[in-house]
Amino acid sequence: MFDFEAILNAIAPELLLAAAGLLGVTIGALIGDRFNGLSFKLGALVLFAAAVLAGIYWDGGRAFDGLVETSSFANFAKVVSFICGGIALLMAEGFLRRHDTMRYEYALLVIFAALGMGMILSSANFMTLYLGVETLSLSSYVLASFHRDSPRSAEAGLKYFVLGALASGLLLYGISLVYGFAGGTSYEIVADADASLGFMFGMVLMITGLAFKVSAAPMHVWTPDVYEGAPSPVVAFFATAPKMASMVVFAIIMFTAFPQVTAFENWQLIIGIIAAASMLIGSFGALPQANLKRLLGYSSIANMGYALVAVAAGVQYGAGALLIFMTAYVIASLGLFGGVLSMRREGGMVENIDELAGLIRRQPALATALTVLLVSVSGFPLAFGFLGKLAVLEAGWNGGLMPLIIILVISSVVAMYYYLRIVKVMWFDQQAEDFEPVDGWVTGVVYVTAIVSVLLLIFVSPFSELAASAAAGLMS
Amino acid sequence: MDFPILSAVTFVPLAGAILILLVKMLTGTQMRPDGSEDDRVLYAGLLFSVMTFVISLVMFLSYDLNGTGYQLVEEVDWFAGIKYKMGVDGMSLLLILLTTLLTPIAIFGSIGSVKHRLTEYIVSFLVLETFMIGVFCALDLVVFYVFFEAGLIPMFIIIGVWGGIDRIYASFKFFLYTLLGSLFMLAAVVYMYLTAGTSDVMLLEQYEFSKDAQTWLWLAFFASFAVKLPMWPVHTWLPDAHVQAPTAGSVILAGILLKMGGYGFLRFSLPMFPDASVLFQPFVFSISVIAIVYASLVAWRQTDMKKLIAYSSVAHMGFVTLGIFSFTEIGVQGAIFQMLSHGLISGALFLIVGVVYDRMHTREISAYGGLVHRMPIYATLFMLFTMANVGLPGTSGFVGEILTMVGAFQANTWAAAGAALGVIFSAVYMLTLYRRTVFGEITNPDLENIQDVNLKELICLIPLAIGTILLGILPNLIFDITRESSLHALAQMAGG
Repeated sequence: MFDFEAILNAIAPELLLAAAGLLGVTIGALIGDRFNGLSFKLGALVLFAAAVLAGIYWDGGRAFDGLVETSSFANFAKVVSFICGGIALLMAEGFLRRHDTMRYEYALLVIFAALGMGMILSSANFMTLYLGVETLSLSSYVLASFHRDSPRSAEAGLKYFVLGALASGLLLYGISLVYGFAGGTSYEIVADADASLGFMFGMVLMITGLAFKVSAAPMHVWTPDVYEGAPSPVVAFFATAPKMASMVVFAIIMFTAFPQVTAFENWQLIIGIIAAASMLIGSFGALPQANLKRLLGYSSIANMGYALVAVAAGVQYGAGALLIFMTAYVIASLGLFGGVLSMRREGGMVENIDELAGLIRRQPALATALTVLLVSVSGFPLAFGFLGKLAVLEAGWNGGLMPLIIILVISSVVAMYYYLRIVKVMWFDQQAEDFEPVDGWVTGVVYVTAIVSVLLLIFVSPFSELAASAAAGLMS
Repeated sequence: MDFPILSAVTFVPLAGAILILLVKMLTGTQMRPDGSEDDRVLYAGLLFSVMTFVISLVMFLSYDLNGTGYQLVEEVDWFAGIKYKMGVDGMSLLLILLTTLLTPIAIFGSIGSVKHRLTEYIVSFLVLETFMIGVFCALDLVVFYVFFEAGLIPMFIIIGVWGGIDRIYASFKFFLYTLLGSLFMLAAVVYMYLTAGTSDVMLLEQYEFSKDAQTWLWLAFFASFAVKLPMWPVHTWLPDAHVQAPTAGSVILAGILLKMGGYGFLRFSLPMFPDASVLFQPFVFSISVIAIVYASLVAWRQTDMKKLIAYSSVAHMGFVTLGIFSFTEIGVQGAIFQMLSHGLISGALFLIVGVVYDRMHTREISAYGGLVHRMPIYATLFMLFTMANVGLPGTSGFVGEILTMVGAFQANTWAAAGAALGVIFSAVYMLTLYRRTVFGEITNPDLENIQDVNLKELICLIPLAIGTILLGILPNLIFDITRESSLHALAQMAGG
């Protein structure tokens, strides 16, 4: 009764993640704390293996009577998300050990979150989508409050949970409305339904719920607080893997479940407004921030705005651009959070931008790498982020989104100011004390992401072709 | 494929920078017994920039002066139809030579006057040199944009780390001003790439954009080039940047970075948007004349020597735009000539200011006076460059100004008349500066023991002096090389 080949084609990485997660729970229950040390490396290994599986079953497929359907577009996002998740897990180990919270549950939660990401990327039905979203979200809530003794972490987790629950409610309510008017929950049925008023209502509610997951305005409010409060390695994870997955899912839903609505440009307008608001709020909101994590939170809001410009441009022009942009963004983010994790002094973490003062004198290599990453995330030439922004601009022009392009330009200049401020602190200011050395994983990630950001600028050709072919997978 | 000489010229400084950085990372910063930093790194940087200069001479020799079109073209696929494409014509050839000449001079001039963080200093300059040369070589719009923008970062660091008291403000202003203009250009570049299906400059020159599109594209490019040039009223970043930048930074800024705007107009705006260029000619003429007159008057009232020269640069760039938008061969030739000549003269003037600044640590004109009694050689050289800046016949400044005005005269008498006013004013402010600093009695007691220019400073200034006079006497050396480029820039103009 089961067509195993079809199932493997569609969700091979998820099968691995689910099996590994459950096995991990069992082992953890049996041997307890002795599993702590091993779990992180094994977890990362599982995530990398899942990424490889997603690469092997690149073309994807359809299974469970259409409950799941994977395209190469989704697989692209899976590969990037799983790799980011694995790297974030490796970076977390040292931090958690120093804070006496290195427990195997952390690794398992990351694996379950990754399972959720895989599920939403593979879903072709709102029910699967919702289950995946909840798997991802519930793991994330716990991760955000993983330092349960720290009031900040607990507050971040609670805030994230309350607002996230609200967003899930909106999403679910939207799904139920769409179901009522379309007569089904699979993307195909919804795609063929007439866009009545109630249907549109449901769609808007769904967009609102999804906007929360990608932290786009007006559902962005949680982002700076959670970024500031949650433990840094958790934020390094939040800022990369789930962002990539959720944004791509956002695009898949808009492109495949609501294609008919594009015809009268309704969702293009909505997404366009969300994009514009995110870009402006993200870039202006970051200006007064003194806390680096908080600043990166706002920066992620702005960057999600840029990504949404690609979504608004429509499947034909925007899909490939979205992949390039998001990959560039998560690579740079991963490195920048590696930088945040390197900021250790007197046994504790410091998070203010001022603490980076004069870094170029004390740790020139780290400061140079961070500068490259900032340049990349700002979309300035010299690093891969530029090509991401170029792709988004291209999509915007093709989609005829002139106003968004103007806002994108303005917000990029504003954003450049606060990225430059960090560069200024690192290069111009009188030096603060040295940072204490952190474990090799973190430093390695900073250097590798910086080098990859530069190399991908030069040798981008195979990558952009891959992204284009992945995007074509969504359209066929 | 031939040896990629253009890529070699472009990337040798970058390779040098990386090498220096790696060596420094391994050895760490050495301190001399007296507590100052070991300045051997500056000599290493000098070596690389001289090497670049030598390679650029080889490039000059392998360029066929009688040939047409772009030469020494290199092409490698980058992605999605965008190519890494390099090539030069007469105009870019000379601008590259100017770059490779000024960079070693600027670096050599820094020895002894820059005292801290020498490794970063030299690395910034070498990286900057790569990007500047890249700008003049690039024959693909996207590649051009990358180089054009990338240069901001090293310049930002140069101003911000080694600049004066208000360096942070100046560096941010410089960066954000130019970035805003450039991003509009980026949007236009993307549009052109999508519409024409290519970002290859040679193909885009043949492509005819619709009139409406041309208007918008022209404005977007203008936003970028006008800020870079800079034109009135978006020039306000320049005085701040110049005053705060270290001497070598000012030399490069005035000598080369400002030329990118004029170069951009000639390479892109005129050939690609001919209709829009004609449409906006009165507009450009108006603001050029305003720039010339206004900046000259403002320069007159300055009390800071560097600021005065910065405003004088704004005025001189007004002549460049005037010449370019006259759409006559003579005007465009004059504009290119003016760019080269201004590169030499303003670079030299900033060095001249740097000489006394290193000794007195002030740029206030009122702190000086009577320098001729203590520094005769300095006074002579200063006189030469003052006269060149005023446009005295026999110096390169004269040729550029007269030709751009002749060109402008053919297009619009009033514009030429306005520009002529600027020539008079330039004599007023430059001679005032010269009189107040060099002549008169020594009033400031600190000046009693001031030393005349030393050998190092002479080595920096002499090549510029020779260049200024040589170009003034034999301008045809330049015109023969740039004729082709200026005709090419005008080839698409209606009826021209």
